Amino acid sequence: MKQFIQDLAETNRYQATNLLRILREVQARFHYIPEEAIEQIAGLLNISRTQIISVVDFYSFFHSTPRGQYELLISDSITDHMLGKQSIIDYLSDKLNVAVGEVREDGVVSLDNTSCTGMCDQGPAGLVNGYALTRLDRPRIDQITDLINQQKPLDQWPAELFLVEDNIRRPTLLLDQPIQPGAALKALFERGGSETLAEITQSGLRGRGGAGYHTAWKWHLCYEGPEEDAFCDIDAQKQQQRYIVCNADEGEPGTFKDRVLLNSYAHQVFEGMTLCAGIIGAQQGFLYLRGEYLHLCDKLQSVLEERRQAGLLGNNILKEGLNFDIEICLGAGAYICGEESALIESLEGKMGIPRNRPPYPVTQGYLGKPTVVNNVETFMAAASIAINGGDWFASVGTEKSKGTKILSICGDCSRPGIYEYPFGTSIQTVLNDCGASDVLGIQIGGPSGTFISNHEFDRKLAFEDLATGGSFIVFNKSRNILDIVNNFTHFFAHESCGFCTPCRVGTALLKKQLDKIIGGHGSAGDVVVLEELCQLVKSYSHCGLGQTAANPILTTLERYPDLYQSRLKEISYEPGFDLDGALETARRMANRNDAGAHLAQIEANEHE
Amino acid sequence: MANKIRVATTSLAGCFGCHMSFLDIDERMLQLAEAVEFGRSPINDIEHCTDCDIGLIEGGVCNSENVHVLREFRKNCKILVAVGACAINGGVPALRNYIPLEECLSEAYLDGIGVENPQIPSDPELPLLLDKVRPIHEVVKIDYFLPGCPPSADVFWKFLTDLIDGREPSLPYELVHYD
Repeated sequence: MKQFIQDLAETNRYQATNLLRILREVQARFHYIPEEAIEQIAGLLNISRTQIISVVDFYSFFHSTPRGQYELLISDSITDHMLGKQSIIDYLSDKLNVAVGEVREDGVVSLDNTSCTGMCDQGPAGLVNGYALTRLDRPRIDQITDLINQQKPLDQWPAELFLVEDNIRRPTLLLDQPIQPGAALKALFERGGSETLAEITQSGLRGRGGAGYHTAWKWHLCYEGPEEDAFCDIDAQKQQQRYIVCNADEGEPGTFKDRVLLNSYAHQVFEGMTLCAGIIGAQQGFLYLRGEYLHLCDKLQSVLEERRQAGLLGNNILKEGLNFDIEICLGAGAYICGEESALIESLEGKMGIPRNRPPYPVTQGYLGKPTVVNNVETFMAAASIAINGGDWFASVGTEKSKGTKILSICGDCSRPGIYEYPFGTSIQTVLNDCGASDVLGIQIGGPSGTFISNHEFDRKLAFEDLATGGSFIVFNKSRNILDIVNNFTHFFAHESCGFCTPCRVGTALLKKQLDKIIGGHGSAGDVVVLEELCQLVKSYSHCGLGQTAANPILTTLERYPDLYQSRLKEISYEPGFDLDGALETARRMANRNDAGAHLAQIEANEHE
Repeated sequence: MANKIRVATTSLAGCFGCHMSFLDIDERMLQLAEAVEFGRSPINDIEHCTDCDIGLIEGGVCNSENVHVLREFRKNCKILVAVGACAINGGVPALRNYIPLEECLSEAYLDGIGVENPQIPSDPELPLLLDKVRPIHEVVKIDYFLPGCPPSADVFWKFLTDLIDGREPSLPYELVHYD
């Protein structure tokens, strides 16, 4: 192990910013991060042991105790559940003879749940040693069980197990006209940097991650850098190191468009990043790819290599004097890293804890330098705009939301997949296209977004009405809203980064209170308490995760108050846990079973 | 005197620190006594809680007796108040929640250093321990919460005088600000 880690540190130039990269390798090789490895890495990177331990603890894909040689994780997204996830994991657990959350005694295999893996249109899905598995069903599980019991190396597993489909159903503006590699950069050099930025301003392009910040403003602010730089002379300002980051940490349950864009439009995404570098003067870019998309990594590396060969990346791009290269960084299972400042922390090899903002990344981002962080789709759109011009893009969409939005549609519809729509399209149109009928409601923008009921289908996709980063989950009338809300609420409690109390404690309390109500232990005041808790978590949390964690409850409580009330008992109060059960251990140890050794769940005069 | 407001107090899994802090209202106790009379409370040794207006509960719920006492208070008090960190969150006694009850009892009564005649106490008179110490609002409905470890005398004073004067109790930030 010593030599392995020594070599690893050397390949990573002993840089602490590469800690995640190093830990990923150690985890892959030893199936956990051994204590000795932590000691050694701490010495080699000259960082503290505890800093490494905090990172190991923080990310779901790192473990301080051994996992199986085959680490199986099953996606716990609501969409996987709708496709039969529970019976799949039960069957798997049974076949492999390992409990969920455990490692089999022989150490060969471990099984656990994981947050949405972004295969919502082809689930139930999972990961084996980080590689995506799709369309899990009983025959596939039988096959996987055999492969694991024979201890076949992953590269000898049949490829169809790992087949990930694009499912592009409705390509229009962007998806229909992919650019030729290099075309956007040629347009940039012909037109000039500030003129190209003017085209992007003209296009009205706003960030596609969901928040909708104007892309051109962001790029311009990054170019300007921190205020103090304005007093430097022009040459010094040009020397300023700037970074471009493409946020491909697509963790919002129900979103998978970036996976498809990176699989089939990677050139265009990289070209968008390079375009931005040309405009603002950056030399280094990063693609922060979520760990769940490990299967894309090799392919993306070869696209980058192709681009270097073609003179579209590296030194002196297209002989125009632009120097820029892109590095791919893999995440390690943390939803919070989709938040841009948490993502930057993660890029720096740390826990993904959101920073205080301001300062925003545009002035102080990666390593404290001005950094543009944009969504995959944003860079892709920017590349098309550079070629076709701002008016081309702005002619589509609404007044405040220009262009198109790429949606990942999944759930109860006959044609799940990728759809591109002009902003302003009504929800009903989308539902007709994807083959959804008997619809109960739709979760737009993922768990952190909004649940809309079937009375609201005339609403529009747009920043001014229903904004979404791309997630669009359809539920038909056979679904239970409280099950959905429960899944989302548990998701947030699991993904809270733990930094601020309102979110760390609040999301756990939300989960507990909701479980109490759904479990039938709720009484008169419990929904009010739930609502107050929601407001508290929403208003006091440090970042977007906590601020939106209560949305599933709030948006459904607003629309279906009776649903919650109907779960309540008509008594003033009932404990949310089994009171008599809580005495079981003491009863057993004291060897008692008299009347005094028991407690009624509800007081005698409280019965309904 | 029949119109005096009746207040009951008790300490469950607490340290009586909140009660001590309550007594720190010092001479204001005389003023309070003009408006208030006490029902069950360690202050007067009355054993059962009968009809009261306000019940003040210190400490969390660690055993079956705590549950019975808490229910008696809930049944007989119009307003029930969680007083102090232990009642609100479990506090110090809840530190045992991280250790399985079985281990706690074994350490105390069977395998611990210096244990003679090892046996788990078993007598119908003894309350049984719950597997976890709970905040009181997980067992009965609580109307108000007074934070602090302990809440200061001024918190008690402000809260009770608000209620006595018929105002909705509110604690200014200075009284619940601890860092």
